[in-house]
Amino acid sequence: MSTQPDLLYSEEEEALRAAVRDLLTDHCAPAGVITRAESDAPHDLALWKSLAEAMGLAGLLVPEAQGGQGASHREAAVVLEELGRAVAPVPYLTSAVVATEALLACGDEELLARLASGRAIGALAVGLHTAPGAAHATARVENGVLHGELTGIADAAAADVLLVPADDGGLYAVAADAVTVTPQVSLDLTRPLAAVTLDGAPGRRVGDAGPAVRRALRAAAGLLASEQLGVSDWALTETVRYLKERKQFNRPVGGFQALKHRLAQLWLEVVSLRAAARAAADALATGEDTDVSVAVAQAYAAPVAVHATEEAVQLHGGIGMTWEHPAHLYLKRAKADSIAYGTAGAHRSALAALVDLQAP
Amino acid sequence: MTDADEVRTRTRELLAAHPPATTGRLEFLRARFDAGLAWVHYPEGLGGLGAPRSLQGVVDAELEAAGAPGNDPRRIGIGLGMAAPTILRYGTEEQKRRYLRPLWTGEEVWCQLFSEPGAGSDLAALGTRAVREGDSWVVDGQKVWTSSAHVARWAILIARTDPNAPKHAGITYFVCDMTDPGVEVRPLRQITGEAEFNEVFLTGVRIPDSRRLGEVGDGWRVAQTTLMNERVSIGGMALPREGGMIGPVARTWRERPGLRTHDLHQRLLTLWVESEVSRLTAERLRQQLAAGQPGYEGSGMKLAFARLNQEISGLEVELGGEEGLLYDDWTMRRPELVDFTGRDAGYRYLRSKGNSIEGGTSEVLLNIVAERVLGLPAEPRTDKDVAWKDLAR
Repeated sequence: MSTQPDLLYSEEEEALRAAVRDLLTDHCAPAGVITRAESDAPHDLALWKSLAEAMGLAGLLVPEAQGGQGASHREAAVVLEELGRAVAPVPYLTSAVVATEALLACGDEELLARLASGRAIGALAVGLHTAPGAAHATARVENGVLHGELTGIADAAAADVLLVPADDGGLYAVAADAVTVTPQVSLDLTRPLAAVTLDGAPGRRVGDAGPAVRRALRAAAGLLASEQLGVSDWALTETVRYLKERKQFNRPVGGFQALKHRLAQLWLEVVSLRAAARAAADALATGEDTDVSVAVAQAYAAPVAVHATEEAVQLHGGIGMTWEHPAHLYLKRAKADSIAYGTAGAHRSALAALVDLQAP
Repeated sequence: MTDADEVRTRTRELLAAHPPATTGRLEFLRARFDAGLAWVHYPEGLGGLGAPRSLQGVVDAELEAAGAPGNDPRRIGIGLGMAAPTILRYGTEEQKRRYLRPLWTGEEVWCQLFSEPGAGSDLAALGTRAVREGDSWVVDGQKVWTSSAHVARWAILIARTDPNAPKHAGITYFVCDMTDPGVEVRPLRQITGEAEFNEVFLTGVRIPDSRRLGEVGDGWRVAQTTLMNERVSIGGMALPREGGMIGPVARTWRERPGLRTHDLHQRLLTLWVESEVSRLTAERLRQQLAAGQPGYEGSGMKLAFARLNQEISGLEVELGGEEGLLYDDWTMRRPELVDFTGRDAGYRYLRSKGNSIEGGTSEVLLNIVAERVLGLPAEPRTDKDVAWKDLAR
């Protein structure tokens, strides 16, 4: 660790945040998200088009020479904060981060350019629960085509291209219309999972699965902390706002010390998560101290986001328990995120090796 | 306008005129103060140059490289961190000239006479009385939790001058001579066995009116400068990873595999992560302040570090197993400094219990965060418009 990471937001990053937030305010209101979640088209592809194509955000991690924006994980993290704050049902983390990182590792320029432009959506066919470096299911290669069923694939229903790890060690690009994608009833309504069934599907080998999957999942785990920050920040802000307004016993409920202390404690957790998430994004961008920074952020972020959204439900009282109020969307996202790309416990175990605090 | 080059030149001139190798420590510190290099952001003539605070680093680096003696800021923390900013802001020219130089060189140690047995979190309820008699004030009362009182030459003191006014309005701020015969200092033994702090009994102590800081009845506002500076001093320094309380536990874990258990492993990793995140949060606050952005995180850092210190040291005692049943030394001592690293886990465990009490309890800090940062309504107050003498006690 040579120098301290840059934990602030640059002016450009703040401008990017403002632009994304404006778009989401206009096109991703909570009532619409709830309605969409139960429809046949849970992903908001019109919103995706605006983000990915019009604003060019799908290509932030891709160098300009390869058709991207040549930005970094710091900017992608800011986008994810805002998408988390809106629990936006768009495949940004899965396509613009995970699939993109896998393709960057493989150096597949043609597909990379398609994903970067937002014209195609990619999904890595590895279960959402998989931690960086953990074992995962693979497809079988038989006679040059792919067989098998891969479950728990986030945003597969929206994908045009699946990146499938196979038992020969390769990573294969498979067109979505060559496989069967079966939606799974998912805890997180805004990032639905699906099973991908390959029955003799043709695939094009784009590279080695091992390093590509590892790199993709590490970036995912690190940047997920920024999404969790956005989710937590929404939960805190919205709960504070509501408790100033809600009156019982002839007083605003937010004036009771028992609740004030809980919210102040939560504020401290969210402020701390911001530092951890910025550190992880900066480490992914600079390549310095990356494994530790990602593991620290992900070990810290999941409990905070779950705590924040659980508090939001509880402190909203009865209204927080209704389907109509959006708090449940955030609770479900936070709980699913606590498993996504490795649990906090998995990341703590990774740290045990990384910082030499070995198990008994 | 003072820039880095000018400050560097002045520092080198100081070193040339007073070579550290052949100059006495005190002589050097006085010369440094007179050269305006003690605290460059203070005004000229008072140890500074009226320069930006950020240039202090230039002076410190030059002096350190030359092996110059320092003023041992840990020993005189209350003077530097609390008394000095208050004197600078509210003192008369004469007071500033009298007090600041020996304060900074450490020739005169300062302590703080604020808390009382009946006025802790509710400091404004304090009952130590100061009654005007001609050109002096006569002070009677009891103060508590006074570190350095037994070595201090001066104290900053707040006392009640008008019992008929509401509690915040009837307080006045003084400089108290700790050598006055009416000042009695008694050690206050803590749960650690030692006495870091004191009780101070004030009996007919005479303070000339010329040692009043600020207006009569304005002491609460003056004290805010003191207290604000107490909390600002937390979180100012960049720490390395494992730089805090987690360091000794992590080292023990690595060096003594025989002590490891699965339960302790999970808890250690969780606390290690929280320590690292708190370190990053403090670092982020530092970067915000350096960039001129307002950072509210300061109010939270003390909360975070208090809890972490307590949990980590608690785990460290358990990690010791059989050794955790022992304690290094209960002998009543009077340490000049709090040193968390110089002693055993048991000491750290007991001393860190004070971290959530001293300088504002964690409960009060949570109120501050809730009201000032989150904008939640204040508790209903029953004491604002009542004369101090009529308050419940």
